[in-house]
Amino acid sequence: MSDCPNRKDLFNHINEVSFAVDDIKLYLDTHPYDEEAVECFEEYSHLRNEALKEYAKHFGPLTMDSAVYSDAEKWTWISNPWPWQEGGC
Amino acid sequence: MWLYEKRLQYPVKITQTNPKLAQVIITQFGGPDGELAASMRYLAQRYTMPYNEVTGILTDIGTEELAHLEIICAIVHQLTRNLTPEELKASGFDKYYVDHTLALWPQAASGTPWTAAYLQSKGDPITDLHEDMAAEQKARTTYDNILRLTNDPEICDPIRFLRQREIVHYQRFGESLRIVQEHLDSKNFYAINPEFDVRQER
Repeated sequence: MSDCPNRKDLFNHINEVSFAVDDIKLYLDTHPYDEEAVECFEEYSHLRNEALKEYAKHFGPLTMDSAVYSDAEKWTWISNPWPWQEGGC
Repeated sequence: MWLYEKRLQYPVKITQTNPKLAQVIITQFGGPDGELAASMRYLAQRYTMPYNEVTGILTDIGTEELAHLEIICAIVHQLTRNLTPEELKASGFDKYYVDHTLALWPQAASGTPWTAAYLQSKGDPITDLHEDMAAEQKARTTYDNILRLTNDPEICDPIRFLRQREIVHYQRFGESLRIVQEHLDSKNFYAINPEFDVRQER
């Protein structure tokens, strides 16, 4: 498949943008009126959701909400390695 | 309500087992300043917290601590997988193994089981936030102590990430304390407990 992304790269991208979301979220809890931070949150949250959909489509879901985008015919939530396992994330 | 995400907040890929170090690092799972106590502390404290910013912080940091607990468990698991009886005996991990085989169980490095006595949920926002700030510093010290015991980059890397998060959380709890104090009488922060007393005159 020519349009298939590199799994490792996409996974690293998800980790990076998700961390940005995690960190900005805590900052926003105590600075809810910081417009720049809200914009930053929206940007990374969007990147994260798109990447999670893309990952689910090609490699199986990392979240329940993206499981629906998987191209597989079967339930793939349980077929990929768990994060603490070899080959996992 | 919680949703599971099938990835670690920070990746863990350890290729060499080290049961001796696992026995130390497990303390951040079930020890006095570990991630399980951290998560339970913040998630327990939030129900009576009257200020939205602080309820949010307790919820979101309490949730992140669950992700940290999973990172610690992944480290311990990868440091102890496929051990032979000889390796168990030589490393001293046999005392853990006899009760739990190679499963994860929340205990301190000393073997003391996890207990709710490690945390407090006092029902007073000034008191609880001081507890939370102290907890973050105690966890940071524990990670510094772990980092003195190993130079293995596969272990140090995720431990450094966790250490850094303690500092960020400490900062956010400090801001939360300031927010609480802004709601209180600036001449006497202790005049009322906003989680219990209803002020008669405003």
